[in-house]
Amino acid sequence: MAEPIAKDIPADATPNVSEVEVVDAATEEEAVVALDAPVERGEPILQVRNLVKHFPLTQGIVIKRQIGAVKAVDGVSFDLHQGETLGIVGESGCGKSTVAKLLMNLERATSGEVFYKGQDITKLSGRALKAVRRNIQMIFQDPYTSLNPRMTVGDIVGEPYEIHPEVAPKGDRRRKVQELLDVVGLNPEHINRYPHQFSGGQRQRIGIARGLALNPEVIICDEPVSALDVSVQAQVINLMEQLQDEFNLSYIFIAHDLSIVRHISDRVGVMYLGRMAEIGSDEQIYEHPTHPYTQALLSAVPVPDPEAREQRERIILTGDVPSPANPPSGCRFRTRCWKAQDKCSEEVPLLAIPERFKGADTPAAHESACHFAEEKDVVHA
Amino acid sequence: MSEQIIERPVPADGPTAKAPDPGGKPERVASLWRDGWYDLRRRPMFLISGFIIVCLLILAVAPGLFTSRSPFSDGFCDLSHSMDGPRSGHWFGYDVQGCDIYTRTVWGTRNSIIVGVVSTILTTALGGVIGILAGLWGGWADSLISRVSEIFYALPILIGGLLIMSMVGSSNVWTVAVVLSVLGWPQVFRIMRGEVIGNKYNDYVAAARALGAGPLRIAFRHILPNTLAPIVVVSTMNLGVYIAAEASLSYLGIGVQSPDISWGLMISDAQDRWLTSPHALLFPAGALSLTVLAFIMLGDVVRDAFDPKLR
Amino acid sequence: MTIIEDAVPAPRGSDEETAPLLEVRDLHVEFHTREGVAKAVNGVNYTVSAGETLAVLGESGSGKSVTAQAVMGILDMPPARIPRGEILFRGQDMLKMSREERRKIRGAQIAMIFQDALSALNPVLTVGYQLGEMFRVHNGMSRKDAKARSIELMDRVKIPAAAARVNDYPHQFSGGMRQRIMIAMALALEPDLIIADEPTTALDVTVQAQVMDLLAELQREYQMGLILITHDLGVVADVADKIAVMYAGRIVETAPVHELYKRPAHPYTRGLLDSIPRLDQKGQELYAIKGLPPNLLHIPAGCAFNARCPKAQDICREKVPALFPVTEPDGTELPGRGSACHFWKETIHG
Repeated sequence: MAEPIAKDIPADATPNVSEVEVVDAATEEEAVVALDAPVERGEPILQVRNLVKHFPLTQGIVIKRQIGAVKAVDGVSFDLHQGETLGIVGESGCGKSTVAKLLMNLERATSGEVFYKGQDITKLSGRALKAVRRNIQMIFQDPYTSLNPRMTVGDIVGEPYEIHPEVAPKGDRRRKVQELLDVVGLNPEHINRYPHQFSGGQRQRIGIARGLALNPEVIICDEPVSALDVSVQAQVINLMEQLQDEFNLSYIFIAHDLSIVRHISDRVGVMYLGRMAEIGSDEQIYEHPTHPYTQALLSAVPVPDPEAREQRERIILTGDVPSPANPPSGCRFRTRCWKAQDKCSEEVPLLAIPERFKGADTPAAHESACHFAEEKDVVHA
Repeated sequence: MSEQIIERPVPADGPTAKAPDPGGKPERVASLWRDGWYDLRRRPMFLISGFIIVCLLILAVAPGLFTSRSPFSDGFCDLSHSMDGPRSGHWFGYDVQGCDIYTRTVWGTRNSIIVGVVSTILTTALGGVIGILAGLWGGWADSLISRVSEIFYALPILIGGLLIMSMVGSSNVWTVAVVLSVLGWPQVFRIMRGEVIGNKYNDYVAAARALGAGPLRIAFRHILPNTLAPIVVVSTMNLGVYIAAEASLSYLGIGVQSPDISWGLMISDAQDRWLTSPHALLFPAGALSLTVLAFIMLGDVVRDAFDPKLR
Repeated sequence: MTIIEDAVPAPRGSDEETAPLLEVRDLHVEFHTREGVAKAVNGVNYTVSAGETLAVLGESGSGKSVTAQAVMGILDMPPARIPRGEILFRGQDMLKMSREERRKIRGAQIAMIFQDALSALNPVLTVGYQLGEMFRVHNGMSRKDAKARSIELMDRVKIPAAAARVNDYPHQFSGGMRQRIMIAMALALEPDLIIADEPTTALDVTVQAQVMDLLAELQREYQMGLILITHDLGVVADVADKIAVMYAGRIVETAPVHELYKRPAHPYTRGLLDSIPRLDQKGQELYAIKGLPPNLLHIPAGCAFNARCPKAQDICREKVPALFPVTEPDGTELPGRGSACHFWKETIHG
């Protein structure tokens, strides 16, 4: 049933991601069965290949003409391994939230594939898609808009069971919901309360309980703590780490806070203007960044330590992020990059281990989409 | 969402501070409806308009409780009393046919209320359902429905009334209600469509989709409950508006027809002689004004209580 | 619950010569709501001198923004009420001034920068018009002169091609540029004091750094006092001279910036510092302050932090701690340091 396929990879894609073992399910029945197959720890569970999402820009009211496209995600590839946390960082407009929506099938990809256990979920529909939804869940950024204000906590956390009745028999649901509330640190007796009776951190716990209800294997977290207070952030982060161990979850953790991403992630990808600029283990990215954008981003993070701060080198970027509707040619970062040369406007840098580090036994040898990649430590004094 | 605005101890610092004490005793479960109701009960305007409306409803359902005569019985009208003024036993006097105005005014309540209630139900149902569909479908279907609604919206009530009357041939209280509904649904439609579109991009809808919820569940469980408050407000206001519209149509002769009773018809009959016998005009006109006022007042307080944007 | 044992004035900065620009004394602010009285600010004292940056650090509901709004005179009253306190600007109590007198100070002498620049700017007016309005209204400048001054200001805050962009509308600028326009507006009348309420929270890190640098540079140049209100311990470390940490409407700790990070003297500050992950090292499990900030309608008796505090004893549940001056173990005074904790000695000296 499984057969590796060779893919036709465009010039700007990632050449050295592993090949996907595609599961070819002929019927929906087979597809659903394949989704239940276990994945070994450390093996890829989610494989994203050349993912593209363009939002058309239209003009006219009655007859709409397309006059361009916002290239929110423009050829992103990565693997998520079972049991790990992959952090995705980047500034607003880099496309990281769109990636989350594409992985969740909340938006239809313009092109590219997302393989979950070898099946391309961007092509699924009906029962097979519903089965995928059981296994991939999401935690949203805003705990105020992600819970229906007209539903009680019990209804919100229990809704997954109404949609997937096979997971829990009817009589069992209330008990299961209360168990979930307990797991995320809420009082199970509050099952009949409404969301607005809870604080932001508690609401985020409700969202997490809803995400856990169907026993998913992958959870996509889109800025799960950025709306929370500092002291509450730590509680939620700790809870998420504890749940990962307990339920053997794989996380994709999307955030703009680089310190939190480092804390929780095993591997980190840095996105800029719809593309992946650099990806590697947390140590590779934070201690040995080779892409100038990563270096600038890390150096700009305010550190709660005035002395370390004064000694750290800071790279202050000039200008703003260009519009994703009209991205620069070649390397997208070149308009703000201090290293940019003619080559950068002519040739798209591939996300690959830079030539100079290839084969070398150094943490700098990780994938970086820069023609002039070189290592630079910016987080230490 | 709306509820967060209800309690506001620290506006600038965000809502975390509003968290109820987690260890505290179970407090009253607050929701938009409960808070609105709580708010309503404390408004004198609500109590006054509510009282008037309750009286009107009793009048409409059981006019016999208030008058022993029936305007449709034989010998009810006595031409010898034509245009007689108020007197003992006939507090409102007589009209040109020599019919007792008090009895006719009491019995006229029913038609006004019927038109108000039926038109409101029809417009709310029609406009609401079409609004949900257009808002959810989007795209060309939405454009098409919206354009059609604008055609109805642009049609003057008088021309619409004449048109439908000439098509049906005759007109009574039910045709008036239909005319008002056909011309009135776009108003509810527009509000509903706007609310649906405003709500369908909320994260909780995305969350439901991510769980695999189907379109029906999303529409009825997630979007609809969050759109109802403004619809309720508009519909309450419309009750009064439609009652006034019925009177206008009847006054112009394209609404309720004699011998059926309508305040608009009574006003129309009395207008020629209002200088000599003002009572024939005054009492039905007063009843109409009071009724419309009561419903508009109710709509106003309901809006103040339920429209989160006004809080 | 109207205990104000912490009416001890905030410890002064080292320089006794300069009279403070702004002095807030025992400020109380409450909000009257349907559920009861929310005590948002409960006896806040602080001073800011010319050329000095005071960072007010706190979480949602700590009262940091409400205090600033009270200073600025932009609180909605009702529901807000200021039952007690003084706000001295150059020695004059602003709370006793007439509406007209306060209006003259606002903008001309005290200016404010808001978090959300997009909603603070009028979307239907060009930025040039909005900047120029300041000069036309306060200084009675002609339209032409006002526009020239606007372009000058936009140059000052480093908006590229200012002359070309003066007629653009707010939505045509990026978030960082809009925040620069807000800064330009605040600077327009060369105020003595700027209150910046989370000025960079809505911005991306790379832009955040640009805007913070600009603000610090302009402050140095004009020798303004700056009150920086934020929840971000990182941003504070960057630019502040001294820090006041707020919790449940009180200042729980004051310290010069370096001291605070090195040796926090309040368990809440310590907890906050421990609960943020580090960029430069991979840590173990984060320390999490347990529980939630208190409901301002029912602030617990004694120290408001007692229910979440690992050090809490009976005294903490009974007696509101004053802002004690913090000293070295040998009694040497630490200028500018104070802690509202009964056990500050144990907290700072381990």
